[in-house]
Amino acid sequence: MATRQTQILGRSVTAPSVLLLLAWSLAPLAATIYFSFTYYNLLNPASGQFVGIDNYSYFLTDPAFLASLKNTLVLVGSVLVITVVLGTLVAVLMNQPVIGLNIVRLMVIAPFFVMPTVSALVWKNLLMHPVSGLFAWIANSLGLHPIDWFANAPMLAVILIVAWQWLPFATLILLTALQSLDGEQLEAAEMDGAGPFSTFFYITLAHLARPITVVILIETIFLLSVFAEIFVTTGGGPGLATTNIAFLIYSQALIQYDVGGASAGGIVAVILANIVATFLVRLVGKNLEA
Amino acid sequence: MARATSRTRIAVSTAAAWIVGLAIFFPILWMVLASFKTELDAFAIPPKFLFFDWTLENYGVVQKRSDYVLHAYNSIVIAGGATLIALLIAIPAAWAMAFAPTKRTRGTLLWMLSTKMMPPVGVLVPMYLFFRDVGLLDTRAGLIGVLCLGNLPIVIWMLFTYFKEVPKDILEAARMDGATLAKELIFVLAPMSVPGIASTLLLNFILAWNEAFWTLNLSSADAAPLTVFIASYSSPEGLFWAKLSAASTLAIAPILVLGWLSQRQLVRGLTFGAVK
Amino acid sequence: MASITLQGVRKTFGAVEVIPGVDLAIEDKSFVVFVGPSGCGKSTLLRLIAGLEDVTAGQIRIDGVDVVQVPPAKRGLSMVFQSYALYPHMSVRGNIAFALKMAGMNKAEIDRRVTAAAATLNLTPYLDRKPRDLSGGQRQRVAIGRAIVREPKGFLFDEPLSNLDAALRVQMRLEIATLQKSLGTTAIYVTHDQVEAMTMADKIVVLNAGRIEQYGSPLELYERPANLFVAGFIGSPKMNFVTGAPAAALGAATIGVRPEHVAVRPGADGPRGSWSGRVTVAEHLGSDTFLFADTELGTVTVRAAGEIGLKPGDSVRLIPDSARIHRFDQAGRAIRG
Repeated sequence: MATRQTQILGRSVTAPSVLLLLAWSLAPLAATIYFSFTYYNLLNPASGQFVGIDNYSYFLTDPAFLASLKNTLVLVGSVLVITVVLGTLVAVLMNQPVIGLNIVRLMVIAPFFVMPTVSALVWKNLLMHPVSGLFAWIANSLGLHPIDWFANAPMLAVILIVAWQWLPFATLILLTALQSLDGEQLEAAEMDGAGPFSTFFYITLAHLARPITVVILIETIFLLSVFAEIFVTTGGGPGLATTNIAFLIYSQALIQYDVGGASAGGIVAVILANIVATFLVRLVGKNLEA
Repeated sequence: MARATSRTRIAVSTAAAWIVGLAIFFPILWMVLASFKTELDAFAIPPKFLFFDWTLENYGVVQKRSDYVLHAYNSIVIAGGATLIALLIAIPAAWAMAFAPTKRTRGTLLWMLSTKMMPPVGVLVPMYLFFRDVGLLDTRAGLIGVLCLGNLPIVIWMLFTYFKEVPKDILEAARMDGATLAKELIFVLAPMSVPGIASTLLLNFILAWNEAFWTLNLSSADAAPLTVFIASYSSPEGLFWAKLSAASTLAIAPILVLGWLSQRQLVRGLTFGAVK
Repeated sequence: MASITLQGVRKTFGAVEVIPGVDLAIEDKSFVVFVGPSGCGKSTLLRLIAGLEDVTAGQIRIDGVDVVQVPPAKRGLSMVFQSYALYPHMSVRGNIAFALKMAGMNKAEIDRRVTAAAATLNLTPYLDRKPRDLSGGQRQRVAIGRAIVREPKGFLFDEPLSNLDAALRVQMRLEIATLQKSLGTTAIYVTHDQVEAMTMADKIVVLNAGRIEQYGSPLELYERPANLFVAGFIGSPKMNFVTGAPAAALGAATIGVRPEHVAVRPGADGPRGSWSGRVTVAEHLGSDTFLFADTELGTVTVRAAGEIGLKPGDSVRLIPDSARIHRFDQAGRAIRG
């Protein structure tokens, strides 16, 4: 409720943001859609003719696409499971009486602030190096055979790196949610004779259902676009072992210079992300009304 | 019963929390330690935890490489520029959405949020070609523009949720007192929202600092920020662990401090108010 | 100092009609109170006059000039908000001076006016404090100071006392009324508290569902309520209403009598036209006694002066003062004469 004058003023000061975002979200997308229907190779001057859905059928039937789709799903799914499960446990732990909680908290959230290229390289070299890495030394000291992470379990390596980066996010959000759990509710459950495990399942987890959904949706959106970690560690390899859709499109465009094919892939990625985004927007929208 | 054992419980949960915290923090700690080692010690097996020849040599080398300073400068200019510009565009918009909402405000806000969800890779090709054709590739201005637009929805959302907490009455009082919009924003709303604006600034600075898709794809040398500089260690120089660690430590240390300062606002900013 | 006239003022929010159409003339220098239950549109009406909302139709004239298109600050009115709406980051001085600064007044004049306003409101020792370091009453005074310093044509008060405790409310009520009289500035005051309305107003506007039920002086409203709504809203405890045979006997659909106009006598016998009943609750306030009695007509409230020694279960005879019975027709309108 405001006067018309205020609303007109409001609209005019909102306009720059709206127009910029409109341009930012529509213009490149429109160009992507356009390119996706043309033959366009940066190395071939005879580019530009309309080819219908050729790019799509090429991209979608490319074995690399199926592999990268599978890799994307494995990466997103595994990181989600790891971060949500561990995040819940760490959050519950941090919600206990802990001496020096502030310091623990700082240590737990730190990985989130590390730039992706740094975390990827530190993990790849200092920790996961098959000879001089810390993990290899630990394995050796335990009498095990050290894993050559990026040769034998490259996807697992990438998953671990990404999960390490996102664990703080899940933990922090779930911890915030836990702290808003009404203490009297827990006491009431205790009075009702609920043991620690039933309390956890019926009260705590129920309370966390919504924040967990938020974590899943937001992480999914970012995880669908994981790029830098793959770029600096495996370069998508060996073979296609760690190529996700984002990396496949990148290599299609800027390594193979096939703009048309990459654009078709880009549209596929946009559609995938939109499916998730629809749920998230609906969830946030519901909250906006409250 | 639970109360009688609380002392033991505190001891157990404290020990468990510290172990977990240290484990999660360990890779960073290990990196910082490596940055003070000689290259030989950094490789040593068995690893040297604390008893090695502490040296600042790596930092010296990193400092001497003039391009490190250039990349750090690029990071500051790009992240700072993108954040400040976004803030200037967003403050009036967030004001309008919080205090002069129309029927379309809700839809507009959600739409802005949805632009943030578009995978950057979907528009990589046209952006790259556009940058190439207008000569923005590898320029700070180009990256400032892209990161500013990329974070604008988050900036507007965060400011919106903070402004929502300012009582409407106070702005109406200012209007009755004859303040124009600009004066209302400068003298009343902004000073009342200093904590909110500061954390918006901080979080978005961090996000822009760490952004590693556009920076990797749209810059290579002159305008490359630290994300790209560190990525250059991935192959040949990856063998120099101590130097990699020193450069990495320098790249993340300031942001770690800022991040720790803004941690309470982080949840709110990244969940668009869905979790408070 | 101004007269304020509303003509055919309508306000709708989307499809909801909040004010269906109001005509009202407020005289210069008068203190007018808008009173009514919550949701009756009294605050909306005030905000329309302030210019914080647009009218859907109609005119608002200040000193004869239509101000519907004039922005709030240019209407020459100042407002005291329910929440006080003080600027939390400014000192008391800054709060009071803000409007003058916005108007581009020179510093010396601002200082002079702020000092004068602070002296009037006993705020001089607090001028450099922030609002959070003040008590509720002091904050209230700052809000008033902010309003008077502009020397406006009119004051608008939006339930300004509802956040204060009872004792302070009585004191501030007095201060505001006194201040308004000494400044001679027209004031419109919104409240849901009919005691505030009765004690402060020159004239009261009783609002219900966006309509003016009655506009008159406090005593007019008390003695000659125009309809059932006003009769029931003004006066505490509420007027007793009786329908059926006793009302029909007086040629009315409903009759009403105020609790203070019902005499009470112990025992079961009484004159004609009196009602027999049994006390269910007796509230002893010392100065007054409120009795609630079950009768064949329903529960009747009685307000007797002083202390009377009746207790629950006692049989009583209730004798309404026939000269002070209000009569209402089928539509709830008062029957005069």
